Amino acid sequence: MKRASKIYTALVMVFLFAPIAILLVFSFNDAKSLSVFSGFSLHWYRELFRDDETLKAVRNTLVLAVSAALISTAMGTAAAVGMNRMRNKVLRQTMDSVTNIPMINPDIITGISLMLMFVFVGRLFGAATSLNFGTMLIAHITFCLPYVILQVLPKLQQMDKALPEAAMDLGCTPLRAFFKAELPEIMPGVITGLIMAFTLSLDDFVISYFTSGNGFQTLPIRIYNMTKKTVTPKMYALATIIFFVILTLLLISNLYDEDEVQKRRAARQIRKASKEAKT
Amino acid sequence: MKKIIALLTAVLLLSALLAGCGGGGKTLTLNVYNWGEYISDGSEDSFNTVREFEKWYQETYGQKVKVNYTTFASNEDMYAKLSSGAVSYDVVVPSDYMIARMRENGMLLELNFDNIPNYEYIDKSFRGLYYDPDNKYTVPYTYGVTGIIYDANVVDEEDVGGWELLWNDHYKGNILQFNNSRDAFGTAMYKLGLDVNSTDRDVWNQALAELKAQAPLVKSYVMDEIYNMMESGEAAIGAYYAGDYFTMIDAQADGVDLRFYYPERTNYFVDAMCIPSCCQNKELAEIFINYMLSPEPAIANAEFIYYACPNTQVFNNDDYIQEMGAEAMEILYPPMSGFSSLYNQYAFRALDEQTQDYVNSLWESLKIN
Repeated sequence: MKRASKIYTALVMVFLFAPIAILLVFSFNDAKSLSVFSGFSLHWYRELFRDDETLKAVRNTLVLAVSAALISTAMGTAAAVGMNRMRNKVLRQTMDSVTNIPMINPDIITGISLMLMFVFVGRLFGAATSLNFGTMLIAHITFCLPYVILQVLPKLQQMDKALPEAAMDLGCTPLRAFFKAELPEIMPGVITGLIMAFTLSLDDFVISYFTSGNGFQTLPIRIYNMTKKTVTPKMYALATIIFFVILTLLLISNLYDEDEVQKRRAARQIRKASKEAKT
Repeated sequence: MKKIIALLTAVLLLSALLAGCGGGGKTLTLNVYNWGEYISDGSEDSFNTVREFEKWYQETYGQKVKVNYTTFASNEDMYAKLSSGAVSYDVVVPSDYMIARMRENGMLLELNFDNIPNYEYIDKSFRGLYYDPDNKYTVPYTYGVTGIIYDANVVDEEDVGGWELLWNDHYKGNILQFNNSRDAFGTAMYKLGLDVNSTDRDVWNQALAELKAQAPLVKSYVMDEIYNMMESGEAAIGAYYAGDYFTMIDAQADGVDLRFYYPERTNYFVDAMCIPSCCQNKELAEIFINYMLSPEPAIANAEFIYYACPNTQVFNNDDYIQEMGAEAMEILYPPMSGFSSLYNQYAFRALDEQTQDYVNSLWESLKIN
């Protein structure tokens, strides 16, 4: 049984990572092919860093993802705090469901409806173009928000309600109490929300596709548009770099994750205790 | 306090929405919308067309211009974006049938050829094509012809010639067919000598019967997967555009020997530059189109895209001919005599909605089996 589960895990790993491994290997290919490996070379990496339009798309994607993540985290945390304090249960549940709509909604509906709204508002103001960086940012914040709220709200519910009250008893203003007592308590949720918002924004295609205007294209859109001809191995190089950057960030965040450290420490103690109990 | 913050946020969001709407400033902006990978972009030490245009414009007119170059993946994508009314582009490069549709819908502006003197470089065969019969709206950018690619190590030289190769049961499981209805039906219709733009359902039914007869022989229905399958020798026969054949040759595996030929009747396409009605600076757009026709950028683009170029300054240029090689020149530029009549006869045109729906339903019935 144990062996079966090991094989199963190995299979899952293979299916998850084989595509990435292939991409990684072929990003170092000398030739353009995805089927024939003709020799190791850094050619495509060199080409990547010479490709202005692709680098611009990378820059656009990062700027958009960072701003969307920061803004949606700030807004989402504020919304969660507000919702947590609502006394009226019906109102609170309604709010809960309403904020979930963008999450449950298929991307394509969110994308088209946002585009229609931007066009409508743009026409109202008589603008020739209504889609630009601003509209894309609004769209990204829209679909990131519920994820942030979803991460922060449970942390708020876990928190001891007396905590901010105690802080205020000791002379804090409500705002200060929030920053000094409440925020550190819910910080893990806020950080997870931020990271989720960032990754969601980074790899979104459908909504970006509908809300992108002239002059501002993100990386997923640019890659998709290469399909008239073939996607060049430059993109494999880029994907490899992104993969390693994300991997490093993930490793760092795992190493420094306080929660994890504590859990590991606790697990070790339990193991030790159970061993002692046996002997 | 809360109200002020809410108000500020609202103002901020609105201003973000409207940012970029107001022009102004001294830098001109030119919005170009082209196919992906369809311009020489400076890779492999090539000519960076967009940057060079910006430089050239500033030197010539003493004014800065910024080119916003964005890409699309299909004619339909581009059409949807333009007709949403949410964007404004100054130069777009659609394919022929889409140009016809846009022209009929009043989405194109007439060009002022006083600003495009280099138009004289365009080969005379490209005048009076069906999508722009009076040569008022378009300047051709690239063109191409569909041909058949085969692996000479698998396919017997005797079987080569005509569309019959795609129906040859010797090569069962080695044949690739297009995975889009228009091109796939096209192969059957050219084979049978039918009109690919017919509105007669019987004609389409005949083509369907032909495709159904072919289905057991087909390895798979593909679009750009064809590159990997042909390069690696996984399949031996497939139809695709001449320019793309050279991409495959570059990457073919050992033991694969790809060759190419044109069947007698086949599809032609032309992609052309035009100015959509949402254009904000028509004169600048015309200057850009004119620049694209001048020899240096035109040659660089032709070498980068590897499709045929209708510009006489390109295909008669010695350096270009040498760079491409004799084989490529012969395949990319089949004899031009009678091009316009062949083109007008065989090229795909936009089908009317009823026919399109009917073809789609036939296509589904083929794919389900």
